[in-house]
Amino acid sequence: MPLGLRVAQSLSEAAGILAADPRARLLSGGTLVMRDVNEGRLTEGTLLRITDPAFRQMQVSGNRIELGAGVTMAAVLANRELGFLHAPARAVGGPAIRNMATIGGNLFAETPYGDFTVALLALDAQVMVLAGYGSARAVPLEEFLAGRARGEARLVAGVQFNRPQNPADFRFVKVSRVKPKGLSVLSIAAHLPGSASRIGPARVAYGAMAPMPIRARGVERALEGKALDAAGIAAARAVALEGVSPATDAIATDWYRREVLPVHLARLLGERG
Amino acid sequence: MAKVPMQFRLNGSDRAAFADPADNLLTVLRRGLNEFGPKYGCGQGTCGTCSVLIDGELHLACLTLAAACEGASIETVSGMADGPNLHPLQNAFMEHFAAQCGFCTPGMLIAAKALLDRNPNPSREEVIDAIAGNICRCTGYEPIIQAILSAARVSPAQRRS
Repeated sequence: MPLGLRVAQSLSEAAGILAADPRARLLSGGTLVMRDVNEGRLTEGTLLRITDPAFRQMQVSGNRIELGAGVTMAAVLANRELGFLHAPARAVGGPAIRNMATIGGNLFAETPYGDFTVALLALDAQVMVLAGYGSARAVPLEEFLAGRARGEARLVAGVQFNRPQNPADFRFVKVSRVKPKGLSVLSIAAHLPGSASRIGPARVAYGAMAPMPIRARGVERALEGKALDAAGIAAARAVALEGVSPATDAIATDWYRREVLPVHLARLLGERG
Repeated sequence: MAKVPMQFRLNGSDRAAFADPADNLLTVLRRGLNEFGPKYGCGQGTCGTCSVLIDGELHLACLTLAAACEGASIETVSGMADGPNLHPLQNAFMEHFAAQCGFCTPGMLIAAKALLDRNPNPSREEVIDAIAGNICRCTGYEPIIQAILSAARVSPAQRRS
């Protein structure tokens, strides 16, 4: 039985289809699912498309930002209110991929893809999840990723997070060997509220340093309440590798990733805010 | 599995086709409509040789669900020339030896057109970023970058959209 196609007019209809059919697979921008189709990894079941405009809606004017799961990287880049997210959005693919790839899809991208999710993790994003007919439930992104690792299938309606008080509080770097478009050796996102003399509750996240994007809790503890000076950065750098378990792949060995992570972390923290 | 009937505009002409439900756009263009401009390279969004414009926006046809293109306006490299008159980008590619084996050229030209349509006077960095999703294994990119910059210097009146 070849692949079928269903089109859902609303998010709740899509959630119902996914709940009833375990072989249904949601297709958002297509950059992950159509690749699986082309490579013969996905040959049976049902592709599901969502035409609900809410899937692509953005609410960016206030302090609480809401982005529909179907919002593309190009849409993020076209929005000046989201300037602090332009670096992670630009880190995804080339221009054609950015016109297609969505925020919701990025939450499911396998390492070393998924750089935008690293940024969302450092922003303490909540994932709006639909588990069937009914309204969406907010799940912390870290908990969502743990569920993904266990193979839980849920429909993502969108993400929500607070705007950083100062755009310079949010920093992001993607390290790749090919420029301007290459896969991640690693990526780092840091949200450092407060002032350079005293950092508030810091959030630091890594991509490609574990099977999923992870929080760098040791670094966060080292930074909180400290000054972002040479001593503060050195203390953060000393615990940079806490909790990491990088893979060896075609891009880099796990050894190389461990070697360069502290260097790039220190550089990112040392940028002028 | 029932075929999905679909209609869209292809390089300015109304076209109709039947697609399998999970067909990508590239399959429908090449196998369904004999539109052989965009090429099948990697099938995973890495090489860019299947690049097309969908409603003016650069997309990869191999990763685009064909059924999602109902009613869309699709442009491929085959629609760039005006009869015997090549598009300034095509002329510039010839003059700068920007094609060698030619496999990347359909995607390079369309990616370059997407850039010049919205930014007629790009910087070198903007050109490099615009073709970042298109791989060329022959030229080393420099002739392609020079060709696009040279086509951008042609006045907009001479450069048909």
